[in-house]
Amino acid sequence: MAVEILKDKCIGCGQCFKSCPYDAFEFEAYDGNKLGKVAKINAKCSSCNQCLTACKFGAIQEVKQEAKVDLSAYKHIWVFAEQRQGKIQNVALELLGEGKKLAKDISEDTQICAVLIGNNIDHLAQECFEYGAEKVYLVQDPLLENFTTDGYTKVMKQLIDEYKPEIVLYGATHIGRDFAPRIAARCNTGLTADCTHLDVKVSKYIEFAKANTTLDTSTLDPNDTDTGIKQTRPAFGGNLMATIICPKTRPQMSTVRPGVMQKQEREVGAKGEIVNVKPEISKEDIRIEIKDIVKSMKEMVSLTDAKIICSGGRGLGDASGFELIKQFADKVGGVVGSSRAAVDAGWIDHSHQVGQTGTTVKPEIYFACGISGAIQHLAGMQTSNCIVAINKDPDAPIMEVADYAIVGDLYKVIPEIIAEWDNAEALYDATTK
Amino acid sequence: MAFKIIVCAKQVPDTNVIKINPKTGTLIRDGVPSILNHDDANALEEALKIKDKHPDTTITVISMGPPQASDLLFECIAKGADEGILVSDRAVGGSDTWATSNTLEAAIKKWEKENGPADLIFAGRQAIDGDTAQVGPQIAEKLDLPQVTYVEEFEIADNMKDITVKRQMEDGYELIAIQTPCMLTAIKELNEPRYMNMAGIFGAKDIKVWNAKDIEVDLTKVGLEASPTNVFRSFTPAPKAPGQVVAGDSENEQAKNLLIQLKGKHII
Repeated sequence: MAVEILKDKCIGCGQCFKSCPYDAFEFEAYDGNKLGKVAKINAKCSSCNQCLTACKFGAIQEVKQEAKVDLSAYKHIWVFAEQRQGKIQNVALELLGEGKKLAKDISEDTQICAVLIGNNIDHLAQECFEYGAEKVYLVQDPLLENFTTDGYTKVMKQLIDEYKPEIVLYGATHIGRDFAPRIAARCNTGLTADCTHLDVKVSKYIEFAKANTTLDTSTLDPNDTDTGIKQTRPAFGGNLMATIICPKTRPQMSTVRPGVMQKQEREVGAKGEIVNVKPEISKEDIRIEIKDIVKSMKEMVSLTDAKIICSGGRGLGDASGFELIKQFADKVGGVVGSSRAAVDAGWIDHSHQVGQTGTTVKPEIYFACGISGAIQHLAGMQTSNCIVAINKDPDAPIMEVADYAIVGDLYKVIPEIIAEWDNAEALYDATTK
Repeated sequence: MAFKIIVCAKQVPDTNVIKINPKTGTLIRDGVPSILNHDDANALEEALKIKDKHPDTTITVISMGPPQASDLLFECIAKGADEGILVSDRAVGGSDTWATSNTLEAAIKKWEKENGPADLIFAGRQAIDGDTAQVGPQIAEKLDLPQVTYVEEFEIADNMKDITVKRQMEDGYELIAIQTPCMLTAIKELNEPRYMNMAGIFGAKDIKVWNAKDIEVDLTKVGLEASPTNVFRSFTPAPKAPGQVVAGDSENEQAKNLLIQLKGKHII
């Protein structure tokens, strides 16, 4: 239980029951108040803390966890600078940008460091410096040429044991999500998956919560000096957001969704310190063999980098609808996206899918065409700068998150947008005269 | 010698039908069915395919959850699994992924003590309620097994030792050779799960329920207190400020009005 009921304050009114998403409240007999009962928390409690602000009488109290190890021995923020075939993944650069901000929020002398693992990748260290890293741990060996769970886990554990970082951030990619859990298990520490927002300062967390959430922040103290990481992530298919902490163990680790954090402006010529580390690794450590790495023939979709995304859903009616979406995307200089329904129907490849089980995107403009807006889809695109929904159904959930909703037949509307696209400036000028 | 497969499965609320009460901002749970987690159904299906081909295969489904999660074991056996084991105990409630993997590790070790080492452990990549994808790899770590996650194609040689899998990547796949014993995590592209069959539904069900004492798990490594991660706060996402419906008597007018708006706000 992360919360407890203070029996002497509880009046047995049951108002807190409504706040619980898990039905974890029940009554127990108690002869210290008028109603003769108090609230009790049962086994269904998943410690989500939603009830903390539910009691007007202050009978629900947070149970704080005490640290079990010396946390002060761990310092600095690390980013796993994931590279594939000698190319640093975008998410790693995003994390360097975010990590740098967090480091300075912890203290002036907290550094942001990149961990580069591979073979013949000396040149990538410079790229890490230019995107914000102050130090690069460089680990190279022919056995580390390609990612393997066994090889990379062993090296990361070696580094963590030797240099003791306070926080380690990984991209929530098919690689990060594969080996970060193993490292967490091996180091006996916590890992939070698929984070979409990170804070270290309580005051900044309060600011974030006030601006973006329904959270009642009255139980939080902006002057709290705690700088443990607060990792916010969607749960329950995006129906609920949870902020997770790792108060008792170090390092604190997160995987972070690609596309949600901001890269810093590239500082050409930036310098930093390189620490070469010799990996303690042998051929026997790696228990799998990579026979082949195949880049699929399918057209490369870079949804995470796209400024404009034109997405199609079930409302297209059939696979040929994506031809119109493609024309649309070509016209506006965008990339084709899709809902899960269109992927499941076999109309388009999974690599185009936006949403909880696809890619999270944050373009300047997101055109949702014939997409109803299932919560899982919304979870992957609702932070887009501007959302335009084109849908026949004015009551579709997508219309609620849209900045601009066009109620109509997408097969008629989209060709008109394509036709008028180049005239936008003239049209606007005409309205201002 | 029978080929022994363990499938790790979880009962989850169907997150597709969960809705938020717009007035109170809480989850509406009424009428939300509990289902076998999607990726776990793919994990079970791949095990069943091995059993189809090699009938001396045994499939044991292990789950952790509240007592009603035994419904899921019923379903798995009705599809063709041989037995189901539910680990259920107050002491393991509130566990994060680290503590959950300690519990499942203990349960698997207890099963192996009675039945000999498992040849293959299958799990779903992730559960739809938490979406962490962490428990599979963490069990593999604790059992010191090699792993492949995101398995989208699976083949085992007749020697029942050499396995070739395709591991899905964002931009293609990796072809990987691995040997039993190992842990594989399944994704939906791997197969199409079958339905329960009549014989399975009406046949005998070998379902065991184990508590923390049965699996001899170290109680300092399970449950909320032992979990390295804790929930700090949770909340429902804030509803966005209402947008506007783009007016226009024709599609052309709607298109023009949209572009005027986008231009005016410097979005394009």
